[in-house]
Amino acid sequence: MAQAQMRRAIESGVPDNRPFLHPKFAANYGNWKYHDRPRPGVLHHVSHTGDEVWSVRAGTQRQMDVATIRKLCDIADRFAESHVRFTIRSNIEFMVSSADKVAPLIAELEKNGFPVGGTGNSVSMIAHTQGWLHCDIPGTDASGAVKALMDELIDEFRSEQMPNRVHLSTSCCEINCGGQADIAIIIQHTKPPVINHDLVANVCERPAVVARCPVAAIRPALVNGKPSLEVDEKKCICCGACYPPCPPMQINDPEHSKFAIWVGGKNSNARAKPTFMKMVAAGIPNNPPRWPEVSAVVKQILAAYKADARSWERLSDWVERIGWPRFFEKTGLPFTKYLIDDWRGARVNLNASAHIRF
Amino acid sequence: MAKQMHPTPMLDALESGPWPSFVTGLKRLAQDKDYVVDLLGQLETSYRTRKGYWKGGTVGVFGYGGGIIPRFTELKDEAGKPIFPDAAEFHTLRVMPPAGMHYNTDVLRQLCDIWERHGSGLIAFHGQSGDIMFQGATSENVQKAFDELNELGFDLGGAGPAVRTSMSCVGAARCEQSCYDEATAHRTVINSFLDDIHRPSLPYKFKFKFSGCPNDCMNSIQRADMAVIGTWRDNIRTDDALAKKWFAKHGMNELVNDVVARCPTKAIQLKEIKDLKPGASVSTVALNDTHALEIENRDCVRCMHCINVMTGALAPGKDKGATVLVGGKRTLKIGDLMGTVVVPFMKLESDEDREKLVELGQKIIDFFAENALEHERTGEMIERIGIVNFLEALEIPIDPNMVSSPRTNPYVRMDGWDDEVAKMKAAKKVA
Repeated sequence: MAQAQMRRAIESGVPDNRPFLHPKFAANYGNWKYHDRPRPGVLHHVSHTGDEVWSVRAGTQRQMDVATIRKLCDIADRFAESHVRFTIRSNIEFMVSSADKVAPLIAELEKNGFPVGGTGNSVSMIAHTQGWLHCDIPGTDASGAVKALMDELIDEFRSEQMPNRVHLSTSCCEINCGGQADIAIIIQHTKPPVINHDLVANVCERPAVVARCPVAAIRPALVNGKPSLEVDEKKCICCGACYPPCPPMQINDPEHSKFAIWVGGKNSNARAKPTFMKMVAAGIPNNPPRWPEVSAVVKQILAAYKADARSWERLSDWVERIGWPRFFEKTGLPFTKYLIDDWRGARVNLNASAHIRF
Repeated sequence: MAKQMHPTPMLDALESGPWPSFVTGLKRLAQDKDYVVDLLGQLETSYRTRKGYWKGGTVGVFGYGGGIIPRFTELKDEAGKPIFPDAAEFHTLRVMPPAGMHYNTDVLRQLCDIWERHGSGLIAFHGQSGDIMFQGATSENVQKAFDELNELGFDLGGAGPAVRTSMSCVGAARCEQSCYDEATAHRTVINSFLDDIHRPSLPYKFKFKFSGCPNDCMNSIQRADMAVIGTWRDNIRTDDALAKKWFAKHGMNELVNDVVARCPTKAIQLKEIKDLKPGASVSTVALNDTHALEIENRDCVRCMHCINVMTGALAPGKDKGATVLVGGKRTLKIGDLMGTVVVPFMKLESDEDREKLVELGQKIIDFFAENALEHERTGEMIERIGIVNFLEALEIPIDPNMVSSPRTNPYVRMDGWDDEVAKMKAAKKVA
């Protein structure tokens, strides 16, 4: 009766966060009045009762070994007040209840290699995915590309010199788990899947794979006497949607899986309604371990935005003002026919007006 | 001491530079664990060949159908034996975080101790859905690790066609812009759907996300099947002292260019104090002895911009609650979809209010389970059947706040028009 000895799970769900809240957070819950930023990387919140709390934000590598986490805990115990939280972009925040603890905490974090910043009008840590480390369908790595890019952008993380905040993301396939961002770096496959016909019948539920294709390019076929699938390569848009349900339809190609760069995604409702990002560059090689060609394009876009956008303009607001022709001119990126939308609903992305900037 | 390291020239290149290096962390773990020595071997191979080598499978914990992401190596020699045998199994446990991702050092140390005992020692804070990702355990150790994490008060998150782990912002714990108790709403809603998290049986994934204000720091509108975004109905609150302080520091140019001109609906006017026209829907705030801002709150769309710029001087009102949007998702299969408004405003103050939110979620999930095609998200389902059919099935009254404009084509059969007008009139009378 092996099963009788199995431990039954306690279906406790989301843990109560109250035991983990910094005492000032618990005491002033729902009663904060305003905040300011005494310096990059530090938030200072003041409550209606006059209570104050300082939060110091530092970058992490997200995929952390236990020694790194214990080091962060040591810093929190010795230089802060043993309460931390993580942001959606994998930054860690240390809370302290007096201003004089801020500088020693920052010094200790920097001394141990955790850059302090990521607040306000900075380039914050890149939201990213798993990549070769753990994903079953990755076209590239995530942690490595992020490390390489953050090495180059660390000054922009530590300062608040951008026109508005800049959110970056990377994704290892077109599913885009990294999500919408001001600048997103996403694998773009350029060749149809290579099919191992010996395996399809045993591994893939063929009707489900046929149904997964956005352009109906996949059909059942008998190949070498075995039931398999074939792809109409003229129809195929190389999206890779067939690969997760059918791993023998290999979409990743060391040579032909390229990077595309997208800009102008914004989830906030501030000013304009939320926007989706738009593809502005492609054909960038997948070049580990440091992906220099990707970093070059991202830095090109950031430099143009930093130089030209007005204060409080997110990347999407900036392009809205200057227009796409000037965006391509200022960034030096080529505008090709592949950047003109022809997917469903594409006509809303055409210029149905005589609004032209000269 | 673990076995000898494999050469990793590609990964070594990621140890230089100022940003914290995950490679250095992995190498630290590899000093004691053969498991991580071989993980680095496989990862280096991926860097060299530019190919991934993990495949999925079926690994779980007793009583649950999801929450573990199984990974088995596909990097094998000609005899079919793993080239890096110690890392042949590298499963991830997805664990739900506390709302707002608050921790104390004591609990973080306990999480580390458990994972050092049973797993690789590599933890991601956090995955893109919000899970704490305990990355790398053998099939044998998954249950052991889960049992200890579970005894500590943590539970597995969602994977596959299930309700997924959720996220909420820092919210009321620290943010003056919070419009509801995000953490309580998050925990109440998610813990009402644990069966749908732990035993995947929906057509596809279903995500809730909770943002305390329209800044939407959880990116809910673009990622959540059901996004709960804080807002308020009454007037923007003002504080003359903080406004004067802001104006003294930033001056007239910034006020005009960064605040007044950037209001998307031109609800803000700069006026001389003598010309202000106070009214029931008007907020005013003095900038100095002569000038003030006048905000017509009926024109304000609660975008947050002016409040973000002049935090404290301007603040969300007191009659707070949330807007609920449904159907956000990314790319596959039909392209990106934003969530769209399904409930323009609901209060979220009492347990009864939150119970209504749970009921709404339950109705939407039930309808989704019944009507979505396999591998179809809510947004795609709504696109296929039309929002009106969706709303009528859920018995949610239509509202002009749900559209950016009425229809622009005549292609609809309208012989029920008079009945609908009569229904709307009757409903108005009751209200």
